Amino acid sequence: MMQFMLLFSRQGKLRLQKWYEAHPDKVKKKITRELISTILARKPKMSSFLEWKDLKIVYKRYASLYFCCAIEQQDNELLTLEVIHRYVELLDKYFGSVCELDIIFNFEKAYFMLDELMVGGEVCETSKKNVLKAIAAQDLLQEEETPQGLFEDHGLG
Amino acid sequence: MALRKVKGNLERMFDKNLTDLVRGIRNNKETESKYISQCMEEIKTELRQDNLAVKANAVAKLTYLQMLGYDISWAGFNIIEVMSSPKFTYKRIGYLSASQCFHQDTEVLMLTTNMIRKDLNSHNMYDSGTALTGLACFISGDLARDLANDVMTLLTSTKPYLRKKAVLLLYKVFLKFPEALRPAFPRLKEKLEDPDPGVQSAAVNVICELARKNPKNYLSLAPVFFKLMTSSTNNWMLIKIIKLFGALTPLEPRLGKKLIEPLTNLIHSTSAMSLLYECINTVIAVLISISSGMPNHNASIQLCVQKLRILIEDSDQNLKYLGLLAMSKILKTHPKSVQAHKDLVLQCLDDKDESIRLRALDLLYGMVTKKTVMEIVRRLMTHMDRAEGTMYRDELLQKIILICSQNNFQYITNFEWYVSVLVELCRMEGTQHGGLIASQLMDVAIRVVAVREFTVGQMALLLDNAHVIVGPAAARSSIAEVLYAAAWICGEFSQLLANPKATLESMVRGKVVSLPGHIQAIYVHNMLKLYAHIIATAEEEDDSEMIEEVTNLLLERLPVFVSSGDLEVQERASCIVHIVTYVQKCHKHGDKVGADLALLMTGELNPVAPKAQKKVPLPDGLDLDAWINDPPSESEEEEDDALEKEIFVKADSSYKHRKEKYEPSEEELQKLRDARRAEQASNPYYVKSSALSSPRPNHNSIQVDEIPVTAIDLNVSLKIPGMTSLDKYQVVDGWQDGGKKRHKKQKKRSKRKGQVSSSSEEEINRMHVVNTDIGEMPEGAHLSDDYEIDDRPEDDPHRALDINLDEPLSPNEVLPTRTHYEAHAQRKIESNNEAKLIPSEIPLKMKTRNKKERKEKKEKTKKVKKEEKKVKKKPSRDANLILDLIDPLKETVISDKVPVAANHINGIADAKNKEKSKSKKTKTKKEKKAKKEKDRDKPEKKLKKNEKEIDTLSRNRDEYEETNGTVTQEVEEKLAVPEPQPYSRLLAEDSHIRIVYSTAAMDGVMSEILVCIKFISQSSKPISKLQLILPDSSALKMIRTPGKLVFETGYRLFPPKEMGMAVFQRKQRQPDPQSELVNLPWSLDPGESKETQLSFTAEDVTIPHKLRGSLSYIQDGSSSSSDISLRLEFPVTTFLSGKTASRATFTDLLSSGQLSARSSFTLPNCPWSFPEVLEELTLGGSLAVVECVDQTASLYGRSLHGHHVCLLVKYQASHHLTIDGKSTEGILLSNALDHLKTTLMQKQ
Repeated sequence: MMQFMLLFSRQGKLRLQKWYEAHPDKVKKKITRELISTILARKPKMSSFLEWKDLKIVYKRYASLYFCCAIEQQDNELLTLEVIHRYVELLDKYFGSVCELDIIFNFEKAYFMLDELMVGGEVCETSKKNVLKAIAAQDLLQEEETPQGLFEDHGLG
Repeated sequence: MALRKVKGNLERMFDKNLTDLVRGIRNNKETESKYISQCMEEIKTELRQDNLAVKANAVAKLTYLQMLGYDISWAGFNIIEVMSSPKFTYKRIGYLSASQCFHQDTEVLMLTTNMIRKDLNSHNMYDSGTALTGLACFISGDLARDLANDVMTLLTSTKPYLRKKAVLLLYKVFLKFPEALRPAFPRLKEKLEDPDPGVQSAAVNVICELARKNPKNYLSLAPVFFKLMTSSTNNWMLIKIIKLFGALTPLEPRLGKKLIEPLTNLIHSTSAMSLLYECINTVIAVLISISSGMPNHNASIQLCVQKLRILIEDSDQNLKYLGLLAMSKILKTHPKSVQAHKDLVLQCLDDKDESIRLRALDLLYGMVTKKTVMEIVRRLMTHMDRAEGTMYRDELLQKIILICSQNNFQYITNFEWYVSVLVELCRMEGTQHGGLIASQLMDVAIRVVAVREFTVGQMALLLDNAHVIVGPAAARSSIAEVLYAAAWICGEFSQLLANPKATLESMVRGKVVSLPGHIQAIYVHNMLKLYAHIIATAEEEDDSEMIEEVTNLLLERLPVFVSSGDLEVQERASCIVHIVTYVQKCHKHGDKVGADLALLMTGELNPVAPKAQKKVPLPDGLDLDAWINDPPSESEEEEDDALEKEIFVKADSSYKHRKEKYEPSEEELQKLRDARRAEQASNPYYVKSSALSSPRPNHNSIQVDEIPVTAIDLNVSLKIPGMTSLDKYQVVDGWQDGGKKRHKKQKKRSKRKGQVSSSSEEEINRMHVVNTDIGEMPEGAHLSDDYEIDDRPEDDPHRALDINLDEPLSPNEVLPTRTHYEAHAQRKIESNNEAKLIPSEIPLKMKTRNKKERKEKKEKTKKVKKEEKKVKKKPSRDANLILDLIDPLKETVISDKVPVAANHINGIADAKNKEKSKSKKTKTKKEKKAKKEKDRDKPEKKLKKNEKEIDTLSRNRDEYEETNGTVTQEVEEKLAVPEPQPYSRLLAEDSHIRIVYSTAAMDGVMSEILVCIKFISQSSKPISKLQLILPDSSALKMIRTPGKLVFETGYRLFPPKEMGMAVFQRKQRQPDPQSELVNLPWSLDPGESKETQLSFTAEDVTIPHKLRGSLSYIQDGSSSSSDISLRLEFPVTTFLSGKTASRATFTDLLSSGQLSARSSFTLPNCPWSFPEVLEELTLGGSLAVVECVDQTASLYGRSLHGHHVCLLVKYQASHHLTIDGKSTEGILLSNALDHLKTTLMQKQ
C-alpha cells in the first residue's frame, strides 16, 4: 500500500501532499523535510528508489516537479513509477500540458484527480478515460450549481 | 436579516479567493509569514459568517495553507460545516480539507457519523464517491464500526464507480475495525468475480493487502486467484495477484509447483518490466519454498538469473537497482547461480549511484568463497581508497569485516592476512567503525591461537604508532577504539611480546591522556599486566637494572592517570601506583615478588555462549523485581544537568565519546551524589546553592579543536615500518591480477590429488584454527531459542486481522447495524442471505447454519455414505481444494475402495494410493467427469463433516494430528485391522459388560464433542436391549437432530481363531429426538464389542463437565433388566483439538500478545520418560506437538470456542518436568493444567 505521496518543486517547496497513513502534523513535516532534502541532493543519474526507514521511496522528476511516493517493503517499485506516470498523464490531459503553476493555482483539482486515481493508498481506477470522465462529470455538477449558487449567495435565491 | 446578507455579500466581493491567496503569497515572498498571518485573520472572520459560500472559500484557503505547514486543526468544526453542505461544490472542498487535516484521533470526527452516512447513501453518485475517498483518509475506529454496514451496502451498488471505491475503503475499515472482516469477507470475495474489471481489480488489491499480512487465512482463495491469473490481461491486477501468490507459496509448496509454469511463461512473454520483476520475485519465493528438487527447478533459476542480468546490464539505473535487489534474494538459496555473475556485480561497485553500489556490496557478501575472499576484499579496499564520502567508505569497511567474519570466519584461510587487513583498515580516516575493527582484532587474537603472536606483534606496533592512528581527524571518528584492542591484546598476551619494555614505554608515552576514558582505563590496567610480566622475567634473569627502570618509568608516568577525570582511570591508576610502590619496596628488601604479581593476572579466557547470561537459572528466593533499597524520590532525579557532570573532579579534557560510551563510574557517581544531596538537604548549616547562582564551569565546552595535537605532516608516508602490508599476501597466495601463479598452484595441486576440482572448497586448507565452540553455558541450560517472536510491532493493525476466514460465521457475527431503523435492518439480513445462497465455484463458502439447507444436503450425502466402505486419510482441506480446483484430473486420485463421490474430497491420498490408482485412472476418467458435475452444486462441507465422523471411528487419535497436510503411509493397514482406541477411559463395568469411552473435539465442523462409547461383552450370553439414559446437564447437551444418522461400527476383539475374521457392521440408529433415551438397536454376542457415537455441545468449554446417566440391558435368559450407572467425564482437555496446529500459527499466536493468561506446574519426580509424557499429553489432552527439540516440546490446542492453548513442556534429565501454559482464556488454562497434572500424577 502506498503510504503517502508528495509533490515538490526543485526549490524544495511542497506542492501537494497526500497521506494514506495517519501521522501527527509534526511527524509529517519532519518526514517531508527529510525526504525533500534527500531527494534533491541526489544526482540525476541515480536510480529512482531509496530505502528510507522501513519504507521504500520511489520518486521521479517531471520538469521542475518531483513526484515522490512512499511504499511498503513488499510493494513493487516499478508499479509505483507507473502510478506516478499515470497521474502525470492525467494532470497533463486535464490541464493541457500541465506545468507547476497549474498545480499551484488549482491544487484542489490536482487532489481531486489523485482521489479518483487512488483510494486509501491503492490504485482505484487504471483507465485514464474513466478517471477523466468522472472528473468531468463532477466539474459539470459544480458548474450547474454555480449560477444558482450565485443568486442564493446574493440573497436572491 | 436580508440586509445583513446583502451586506455580507458586498463584503465578500472584496474577499480573497484561493487564487488571490496563492498569488498574494507568491508576491510577498519576503514577508510571507506576515502576509499569511494576516490572511489567517481574514479567514477567521470569514468563518464566523453565516454564508456557506464564504465559509467554503475560507476552508479552501485553509487547506492550501495547511499544505504550506500551517496548523488548521482549530477549524475542524468549520470544515465539518462545509462538508455538510448540500451543494456538491462545497461538500467537495469540505471533504478535501477533512481528508488533508483530519486523522483518526480528530475529536470532531464523532460529529460526522450521521452526515457521512447520509452522503454515502446519497442518490448522487459523486456525493457518495467523495465521502468514500474522504473516509479512506480519516476513518477512525468508531466511524469504521458505525459505517461498516453502509460501506457494505455500497458493494452491491449498481454503479461500478461506487463499488470500486467501497471495496478499497473496506480495507481501511478492516484495519480500524477488525471484527468487520469475517462478516464482510464473503461479499468481498464475490467482488473478485465482479463484471466490472475495476471492481475486480480493487477487490484483488484489498485481498492482496490482507493476505500479505496474514497469508495463511487466505490459502483457500488460491484457486480463484489462479483462475484470475491465467485469464486476466490487466497487468495492474496481475502484479497484485502474483504478489499475493508470493505471499502464499511459503505456506503451501504445492501451490508453488503449480505456479512455476504460468509464471515462467509470463516471464518469457511480457514486455512490461514491472510485471516481469514481480514474476521473478514470486518465482524466487516459490523456489525458496520448494525444498525438494523438481525437474525444471534449475531451469527456472537460470531463467531468473538471466533476466536479472539483462536488467542489471540495462542503462536504466532503476532496473539495475532492482535487478541487484532481486539477485540478492536468489543468492540466499542458490548462491552458485549468482556467483557466476561476479564480474557484473564487481562492475556495479563502480557505478555512479551510491544506492546501486550498496546493493552490489550486499550481493558480494554472499558471493564470497574461500577462494575469492582475498580477491574481493582487495577489490573492496581499493574501492575504499577511491571512494568519496565517509558514509560509503564506512559502509565498505563494515562490509569487508562482515564478509570476512561471517559464520565464524568461515571463508578465512589465512588469519595473518586477515589481521593485516584489519590493521590496514585502522588507517582509514574518519571511520565510525573503530569499535568493530577493535572487536574483530580481539576476537581473532583470542580465538585463533596460531596467529596470536603475529597479532600481538602488530598490536605492539600499533601502540607504538598510536599518534598516526589518532591523527587530527580522529576526533570525529571512533578509530581510537582500536587502541583499546591493541592495549588489551598486548597486556593479556604480554608473554608473546618481542620487547615488552618497549611496548610499555609506548603505552605510557605520548597523548594517552587525550584518549577516551575507557581506553585510558584499559591502558592503565594493561600496563600492570605488562609490568608484572617484565618483573617476572627480569627477576628470573636477575636483571635488577631492568626492574628499576620499569618501576621508575611507571611511578613517573602513572600520576598523570591518578589525576584523571575519569573515575575508572583514576581508581585503577592509584591502585597500580600502590602495587608498584609495594613491589619497589619489596625489591629494596631483596624479595622476589614477580611470581606473586603474575598471579594477579593468571587465568585462561574462555568464550562464553551468547545466551549464557540469560540462561543463568534464577536462584531460589531471589526476587529481581523487589527493591533492594527504597526507590529514590522522583524530585531528585530531575536535578539540572549542570550538577550531573563532574561534581567530583575537573575533567582535563572533554572527549566526544565520553557521552556515548558506557561508563561504569556513572552509577556510582549518581549514588554518591544522591547521598551528598540528601546530606546537604538535611544540614541546616549548609548554604544551598541554587542552580542559577553558581554556574559551574562546563568542562564539556572545551572544543575538540583546542586539544593540543600536533598535526602530522602528511607527506610522510603513513606506512609504519614493520607493520604488515597486504601486498605481501597477494604475492604469497597468488592473488595477483594475472592469476598465473594461482593457475600454477592449482595444477600442482591437481597433480598431487590426481584430479582437477576447482569448485571444491575443501582443498584450501585453513592455515589456522578458530575456536568456534558455542562457549560456556550455565549448567542445565539449553542453547535452544525461546519462543520465536513476530517482528511486527505491537501496534500493527494487521495483528488484529489475523482471523480465520474459513470458519463458519456464527449467528452473532454480523456487522453492527442501526437498530432503531427496523426496516433497514430487515433488508440487510435478507441481502445477506441472498449473498450466501448464490452458487459459486468458490470451494469453501462461509457455512450457514440454515437448517433447511442442511437437511437438503444430508439427503444428498446419504447415498455417498452408504457406498462408503473405508475412508482414506484426509489431507488438510485447504491444500486439498487448491489442487482439486487447479488440476482435478491430475491430482485427484481414485482408489478402488473409495466411492466416486467421496473421492472428490479425499483429494490426494498417500503415495501408495497414488501408485495404485494409476492403473485405474483411465478407467475412471468418465466417472470423474460426471462426478465433477455432480459435485459442483453439492455442499461439500457437509460431506466433509460426515467423512470426519467416519474417520474418527476407524482411526487412531494420534493419526488425527497428522492430518495437517501430511499423509501417513500405513493408513490402510491400520484400517484393515482396527485396534481399540488407545486412549479410552473406563465408563462402567460389571460382570456382564464393560463400557469404555473416548472423546474427540470436532473443531471447525460443528463445534461439538464426539463421544465414542464401546461396549464390550464380558458375559457368556448375548446381551440385548441396551438402552442409554443420559439426561442433559445444564451446560452439556446431547445433539439429537431429527433424522440424523449415526453410524456404528462393531468389531470383535477376539483373535480370528475363536471368532473368525474381524467383522464390520454398519447399522442405523434412530435416536429419539426429545428423550434422553438412546436405544441401541443391536445386541452383543459373547465376546463381541460394539461402538456407538454420541455428539454433545457444551456451553462453556473452559470448565470440566460431568454427565451422569445409566445403561440398562437385558441379558438373554434373564427376564429382568440390569442397570449400571455411568459417569461421563469431560475434562477441559476434551474440548481442545490440536489439529489446526502449525508452526506459523503458533508463533503468530505467541507473539500476538493475545495469550494473556499464563500458568504452569512442575513435577519434580516424573517417572515417565519424555516420549511417554508427550504421548499422554497428545492423546489425553488432544493437543498437537508443534515443535519438539530434544526434551522440550511446544504443544498447541484450540478449544471448540476458539480459545488457544499453548504449552511448553520441558523435561530435564533428572525427571524434572515443567509445563508452562499460555492461553487466551485463564480459566480454561488452569483447568487444563490441573487435569494434566492429575493425570500425570495418577500415572505415578
